[in-house]
Amino acid sequence: MFVRQISIYIENIRGSLRELTQLLGENDIDLKALSIADTSSFGIVRCIVEESQIDKTIDLLRENGHIAKVNNVICVCVPDKPLGLSSILTLLEQAGISIEYIYSFYKSTGDHAVLIIRPSEKRRTVHLFEENNIQMLTQAEIDKI
Amino acid sequence: MLGCTKLMCSLFIFSKNRKGVLNMQREHKIYNPEMECIDREELRKLQGDRLKKVVKHTYDHVALYRERMDKKGVKPEDIRSLDDLKLLPFTEKTDLRDQFPFGLFAVPKSEIVRIQGSSGTTGKPIVSGYTQNDLDVWTEMMARTLTAAGGGKDDIVQVCYGYGLFTGGLGAHQGAGKIGAMVVPMSSGNTQRQIMMMQELGSTMLCCTPSYATYLGETIRDMGIPPEKIKLRAGCFGAEPWTEEMRQHIEELLHIDACDIYGLTEIAGPGVSYECLAKNGMHISEDHVIAEIIDPVTEKQLPYGTPGELVFTTNTKEGMPIIRYRTHDICTLTDEKCACGRTLARMSRITGRTDDMIVIRGVNVFPSQIESVLVGTSGVAPHYVLVVDRVNSSDTLEVKVELTEEMFSDTVSHIEELKDAISGQIKSVVGIQAKVSLVPPKSIPRSEGKAKRVIDNRKL
Repeated sequence: MFVRQISIYIENIRGSLRELTQLLGENDIDLKALSIADTSSFGIVRCIVEESQIDKTIDLLRENGHIAKVNNVICVCVPDKPLGLSSILTLLEQAGISIEYIYSFYKSTGDHAVLIIRPSEKRRTVHLFEENNIQMLTQAEIDKI
Repeated sequence: MLGCTKLMCSLFIFSKNRKGVLNMQREHKIYNPEMECIDREELRKLQGDRLKKVVKHTYDHVALYRERMDKKGVKPEDIRSLDDLKLLPFTEKTDLRDQFPFGLFAVPKSEIVRIQGSSGTTGKPIVSGYTQNDLDVWTEMMARTLTAAGGGKDDIVQVCYGYGLFTGGLGAHQGAGKIGAMVVPMSSGNTQRQIMMMQELGSTMLCCTPSYATYLGETIRDMGIPPEKIKLRAGCFGAEPWTEEMRQHIEELLHIDACDIYGLTEIAGPGVSYECLAKNGMHISEDHVIAEIIDPVTEKQLPYGTPGELVFTTNTKEGMPIIRYRTHDICTLTDEKCACGRTLARMSRITGRTDDMIVIRGVNVFPSQIESVLVGTSGVAPHYVLVVDRVNSSDTLEVKVELTEEMFSDTVSHIEELKDAISGQIKSVVGIQAKVSLVPPKSIPRSEGKAKRVIDNRKL
């Protein structure tokens, strides 16, 4: 029940993010979700693209001298209302699972917001969500968003 | 423009005059005149006699020397005088590493009373073993050093070289004790405390690296301490390369005579050579070591006055005698008699290296050490470069490492942990703090042929 995310290393210098998004855009790669972790010296761009474009994106990035990696994350739907997010965070907290990072899609599915979560323990998180009937999206499902 | 040139000239003459006047007023103190002012013909004979003994001693007791000499077809009997030195095989730092810890010892371990050491070329340290006599010889070398800088029993010697395996601290300590001075074993670091003790005790001599002496001087100035509160009058500075400009800067900051010293653990420690107050090259304790200059490529001996690689043979060492040790330091030798009266040959400042070793804050660093750390922490051998600079009189080391996919992860914490792990390992292997920067692939320029691993921005 994981989805695949692409992580890309960028230097924290003027123009590096523009250059990267331009490269992806000119090659018709559509970013469905995007987050940037930044430190004073470098950043990590994390993004979700359509499944059919993942391999192409990685090849493109490598050819252009970028360091990029694909890794598994969890895509979860939370009610698009106050306390919607905090209810699942409470579950994770009670289970002793911490979150490395979290970000959301631009679009939502009806009355649910769509989030990407990278927990400290991925498998336990999936089980926890399943037990609590929290909806997770598959790669095929997010392609349709 | 013309006016400017004129000013420079007159300044030059002034400083020359001042130096001349000082030299005339000053008596040159010599610790062991019999040896330090020995007739050079007599010295050659003494060196030859001692060489014969040391070669026989190593051949009989150290397997590596025996193998090397046999391979070259040289027997101890073939060494009849100093001229035969060139027949002997060389010793490299890697030999000390490969024979670590006791492989090059020429006496039973029970005869060894001290171990000193320094970092090797790839993380494994090198050590040297001293018999009581070796320790006495090294102590005398440092006694000569401090005496040559004007030191004596009335002095208060503040030692801020590190104490421990590094020979700097204990070497200076022993020598200062030998001349009967009051020794203040401060060791390195804690500048505020150094300055406080310097004032309270009235330290008159200082032993540390030249960059630390500069830092102390600048700190004292910036703290607004009146010059009369500082009683220093001389310092023996070494363990890293420095320049004539740095000497002037230190002398002006601290109002002292700043003398250069040289040494290496493999041979003894600090005091192998030392400047007198004429400040015109470092006198080599030639009764205990033989110095040669060779062409690093052809390995042939070069005459005095020609720059080349400095090679040392210990002449009296018992515990771990070393034959024709290639220092990889480049300098020139002269046997002209010095204004101080010493006849011992002098070596110039070290002007460079024949290998890629760099000296950072007095610590010898080889790029290969950093490489072994990178392989150990990241599992791969990434492209890297060492950037060395001098900021506020203190050397800085930045290790730029090109990120590889193996090192990269989707979380910031993972990458930060990797950076911390690398700098922690560098600290533990090399002994100095380094800033680690992960840079994008291909961002470090590639050079044709041998990779350029060091960018040294210091003005040495």
